[in-house]
Amino acid sequence: MILLELNGIRKSFGATRALAGVDFQVRPGEVHALVGENGAGKSTLMNILSGMLKPDEGTMRLLGREYHPAGPLEARRQGIAHIHQELSNCPHLSVAENILLGIEPSRYGWLDWAALNRRALEILRDFHHPAIAPERRLQDLPIAARQIVEICRALAQNASLILMDEPTSSLQREDVERLFACIRRLRDSGIAIIYISHFLEEVREIADRFTVLRDGASVMSGSLQGATDAQIITAMVGRPVETLFPARRSSRTPERVLEVRRLSAPPAVREATFELYRGEVLGVAGLIGSGRTRMLRSLLGLLPANAGEIIIGKELLPAGARRAKIDALMARGIGYLSEDRKGEGLALELSVADNTTITNLASCSRWGWLNRRSQIEQTETWIQKLRIKVRSAESPVANLSGGNQQKVAIARLLHQGARIVLMDEPTRGVDIGSKAHIYEAIAEMAAAGNSVLLVSSYLPELFGICDRIAVMVRGVLSPARPVGEWTAETLMHTAIGAAAPAPGEREFLQ
Amino acid sequence: MNTPAIAAAPAISNETRKSVVGQWLRTLGPFLGLAIVITIFAIISGNPARYLSIVNLRIVLTQTVIVALGAIGMTVIIISAGIDLSVGSVIALCGVVSAIALRAGWSPWAALMAGIALGGLIGCINGLAITRLSVVPFIATLGMLGVARGLAKWAADQQTVNIPPTWLNQLAATFPAHAWMLMAPGVWITILLAIVAALLLRNSVFGRRVFALGSNEAAARACGIHTDRLKLWIYSLGGLFFGLAGVVQMSRLRQGDPTVAAGVELDVIAAVVIGGGSLSGGQGSILGSMIGALTMAFLRNGCQLIGWPNYIQEIIIGVIIVLAVAADRLRSVKQNS
Repeated sequence: MILLELNGIRKSFGATRALAGVDFQVRPGEVHALVGENGAGKSTLMNILSGMLKPDEGTMRLLGREYHPAGPLEARRQGIAHIHQELSNCPHLSVAENILLGIEPSRYGWLDWAALNRRALEILRDFHHPAIAPERRLQDLPIAARQIVEICRALAQNASLILMDEPTSSLQREDVERLFACIRRLRDSGIAIIYISHFLEEVREIADRFTVLRDGASVMSGSLQGATDAQIITAMVGRPVETLFPARRSSRTPERVLEVRRLSAPPAVREATFELYRGEVLGVAGLIGSGRTRMLRSLLGLLPANAGEIIIGKELLPAGARRAKIDALMARGIGYLSEDRKGEGLALELSVADNTTITNLASCSRWGWLNRRSQIEQTETWIQKLRIKVRSAESPVANLSGGNQQKVAIARLLHQGARIVLMDEPTRGVDIGSKAHIYEAIAEMAAAGNSVLLVSSYLPELFGICDRIAVMVRGVLSPARPVGEWTAETLMHTAIGAAAPAPGEREFLQ
Repeated sequence: MNTPAIAAAPAISNETRKSVVGQWLRTLGPFLGLAIVITIFAIISGNPARYLSIVNLRIVLTQTVIVALGAIGMTVIIISAGIDLSVGSVIALCGVVSAIALRAGWSPWAALMAGIALGGLIGCINGLAITRLSVVPFIATLGMLGVARGLAKWAADQQTVNIPPTWLNQLAATFPAHAWMLMAPGVWITILLAIVAALLLRNSVFGRRVFALGSNEAAARACGIHTDRLKLWIYSLGGLFFGLAGVVQMSRLRQGDPTVAAGVELDVIAAVVIGGGSLSGGQGSILGSMIGALTMAFLRNGCQLIGWPNYIQEIIIGVIIVLAVAADRLRSVKQNS
């Protein structure tokens, strides 16, 4: 039996062709993974299914009947629910109001609060989450609970098909486990799920079948058991990818460029001590919330640090002092890539050229006046070098896909000439093709004698690119060890705190 | 599968307590501000008996009516993450049109309704500009601020419009004709409308969708709420209140004045913000806005009693607005950390 069938779906926005012929089928009670690079058209397709957009061409059939929703409400009525990548709920409203938003029980326009809370509780109970009180304001709940509320919103409409757009991007591992348990429960009750993700491991863990989208067209479909990772990646990027990670030989030298001693910024960062050597890539693993990002930010003076010393080369800077603020550190060769690309990593409305050169405008200005031509020319060399897909150096960064935006952020670090680069989740929300380019750029930086500190939640990249890895455990940074001494198991074991080293008994390598 | 939910429970209960305290602070904050203002002025005026006398309270309440009516409409708009800068001009225009209607021999009821309806129509036009022309509310209503002011002057032929004496003139009378009313009819009307609006925001589907819209417009749209239609209603409803405020303004002056109420929009917005409304939407309450409007009226009145000049009032009110919002920011930062 076929629940949903798409045939030849096409959609263009002006001159941009977003979808160029998508065909696939979803069966009831299956988890169907939709994979593809950023910009392949996954989100457009989801928006068409959820009634936000109308296709230009093609047919959709839901349980054999023509399906062309007039809007999101009709899609919901027909049993298709959409859970967005970024949490899409109203933080100021209660759990119950969020679950039943748009279909509130009412009488003559007046809300029936009792029925609202009762129905919401029923749904939460059916979904085995009775501990979430329907009256609670959503903004007081943790993120994982908010996601449950969104799933319950889908269930409230008796959805037969739930679209999930990268639902795990803001979750930590244990919450991912809970979400997967939810998904399996939904699947077992006969609900189909279209699951979008960048992570093949995740897709393998949860999905039964998959469809690959490339450049707006469906290029491969089938059972996950019958396809290897290499085949799927090849279909996604349109060319065989031998390995995601560049073959690199450690370029680490004994020259110490950065030393951080007993940095603390309570309560999130209790103690961080590490050394960074010329030419090395040092990974920092840890659970989300373990204090990795805060360690970087307090090191950079973006968050107040309590105590600690930063030694760059031979110069000692007390953490938190004026000399250790981010501008002073940048003048000493430190570069920073924020995990929040849209919030503080890039100025989205400004051009690629402005974003690339902003930290080093001296390179294209004289006496305070910009030389626009030089700015654009220099940017164009970075565009070529990092293979950034963009029409011109003067296009706004907002027009780029996530992966290409991230490349612009990295181009800025390179243009800045940073010798010590602190990167926070450089490949989050980035497609596989761009990931490979970013790893290449990191490897080249290190090979050129620069040093990289890489904070990442993605274990394969820590193992694929780092020389040494340290683990942040509840605000304490473990000693860094060569990557060969770690396995995924020991790393996770350390990260969850099973073998957290006490601050006094640390020993340093080298 | 009960374990995760249970495991999450302790963390939640701790947060609940924090948020309950925060919620209380948010509700009590405006009251506290009002109490402080009254206390301070009662002391520095050197004559607390006079400042807090029944007569003076009546005067303050009557002076509050126009800003308070505007603040009811503005609260709905601000909760939806919108703004309306045209309030002052709309008050003038509706007052003038209502005065012209009276002068032309319309019955007081008809003149009153004409003023209110015109306000609603202008709000509707604002809503159309915001939804159909996709102009941000700030700009759309900034344009209307000019248009409505110009129309008012045009309609009144750049003069004040004198009106025949009718019961409409009693709307904002400090001492009403019937002693049993105790306060000006306008005060009673404002209280009644404030209660209705508060109930509407709290308990109606419309009201909750206003909150949803202001809290997260994309989510509201994805849930099938017709956000454009909703905005049209919101600005039209706001306009009705501004229209009524215009008629009260006319009644107070006993004439239609096309130059009156310039800058009142800022007082109205300030009342909502002092009362806990957030310009980024999703937050605000009618009760808070009413307290905000009262706070400003007591301030003005106190300054007048002491004999401070107008410019001192302006400076003080400016500082109070910033302090009120700063206090609110501090509260929410504390809550989040």
